[in-house]
Amino acid sequence: MNAATPLLPPADWRDFLALTKPRVMTLVVFTGLCGMLAAPTHVDPVLGFTAILCIALGAGAAGALNQWYEADIDAVMRRTAKRPLPAGRMDRQAALHFGVGLSAFSVILMGLALNLAAAAILAVSILFYVLIYTVWLKRRTPQNIVIGGAAGAFPPLIGWAAATGDVALLPLLLFALVFLWTPPHFWALALFVKTDYANAGVPMLPVVAGERVTRRQIGLYTLPMAAAAVLPWPLGLTGAIYGVVASGGTLLFAAFAAQVATRTAVSDDRMKPEKRLFSYSILYLFVLFGALVVDRWLA
Amino acid sequence: MTPDDEDLIRRRQRGRALVVALLLAGLVVLIFAITLAKIRQGIPE
Repeated sequence: MNAATPLLPPADWRDFLALTKPRVMTLVVFTGLCGMLAAPTHVDPVLGFTAILCIALGAGAAGALNQWYEADIDAVMRRTAKRPLPAGRMDRQAALHFGVGLSAFSVILMGLALNLAAAAILAVSILFYVLIYTVWLKRRTPQNIVIGGAAGAFPPLIGWAAATGDVALLPLLLFALVFLWTPPHFWALALFVKTDYANAGVPMLPVVAGERVTRRQIGLYTLPMAAAAVLPWPLGLTGAIYGVVASGGTLLFAAFAAQVATRTAVSDDRMKPEKRLFSYSILYLFVLFGALVVDRWLA
Repeated sequence: MTPDDEDLIRRRQRGRALVVALLLAGLVVLIFAITLAKIRQGIPE
């Protein structure tokens, strides 16, 4: 150990837990679970639990590796400065080992307990989030979250594949829904934490292209997202329960997005419409996936 | 290293050891349950 390396006490187990971004994991686990429950096969409860555990561990591992790589950015952003690495509560190497070990464990367990298709998609989702989004795109292009959003869209596909060993049109549409939902969701957030991203040198769209372009892009991405959300119903992949909930929820999303897309923020603006769109977008995804499962079970 | 530092390190080590022990016990139970589920499914491997 050289003189420049600070000698840290061993990190607390709660810091390892914080590395996995438990709050982000909630949506990942929920969409993965819904993907599995929407599949047209019966899954043994133990194996189903194992599949969801693997999805959660894989997402946690990807979150840990993301925090390992982005410790410098996290340190200058108010929202993330208290994370274990920027706050100096954990050694970077411990975070790296934890992330790599957890990734390998989650993929191997998925492969052994469920099937190779689910394990392969889980591995791709972890690699996509860490290598494509975190390492390659995030610091280089304002399109970072558009392409990187695919990483968060994998869980329903993994859940479905864990149940059936295969992929089908419905989970692909669910993948498209989350993929297209990500830009309006994150750009709404980026509009009201723009200064944080600018300070950290992250080329988020509002920082690089300005507010007007970001607002227009939010509006534009909402259109294909709405199509992906509603399409399973007319295609006969779901019943009317999902169709009605998806149509109503999507109309409300579109209304909030349209308000954000067409307005101009003024000084002393508290960005209420943007915050509302961001909060609603999370609820929207929970409600749609919940409706999908209810629809499937009542059908 | 002060006695306070030593105390902090001991506490963290104890906490981590306890969590790892619980996780390992959970893993044993999970692997056992997966084995039973696979047998129920008629897939021995």
